[in-house]
Amino acid sequence: MFAAATLALLVTMALALTRALLGPTIYDRVLAVNAFGTKTVLLIAVLGFLAGRPDFLDISLVYALINFIGTIAVLKFLKFGDLGTHGEEPEGES
Amino acid sequence: MIGVVADLVSWALILGGSVFAIIGGVGMVRLPDVYARMHGASLTDTLGAGLIVAGLAVQAGFTLVTVKLILIMIFLIITSPTSTYALANAAFTRGLKPILGKSEDESSKTS
Repeated sequence: MFAAATLALLVTMALALTRALLGPTIYDRVLAVNAFGTKTVLLIAVLGFLAGRPDFLDISLVYALINFIGTIAVLKFLKFGDLGTHGEEPEGES
Repeated sequence: MIGVVADLVSWALILGGSVFAIIGGVGMVRLPDVYARMHGASLTDTLGAGLIVAGLAVQAGFTLVTVKLILIMIFLIITSPTSTYALANAAFTRGLKPILGKSEDESSKTS
């Protein structure tokens, strides 16, 4: 049963990778990479149960945090063009 | 008896989560717009991840593993809407308009 969940997660990751490769805008790629990271968290957890070693959950926990920070950093860079700015909206664009 | 029931419940939860994950992945590929694709991606983040983690927690029982699974689920629940909101905000700030109304001829090209 864990093998079936692993297969389903791998199929979903392949679909997300497809969207990341052919996404027309950069935001499609960011969305697909974010979904890929979330599926990686689940895949590590399920693989830990599949191998009988639930200690993998620690790695999965850390990966969830890294994935979130990475996505927010990339989005801030895309929105402001700079990682050091404060949170004001860029002027001249709505 | 209890073990068999727990196995059945966790298998049903894990299979349901897998089905929702695949549905969200297909939606991520086939939907016409960034804002529509966020819908598919957030479906895999909420229902897919939630059901799979719930199934794993039922499989693990009342142990430290369940605590870690609940922590993972709390992080996912907090971070997934936040990153989706930031993505939509960044895309809209950069001037990417959502497809409104009937635009089937445009949407079928990008699928």
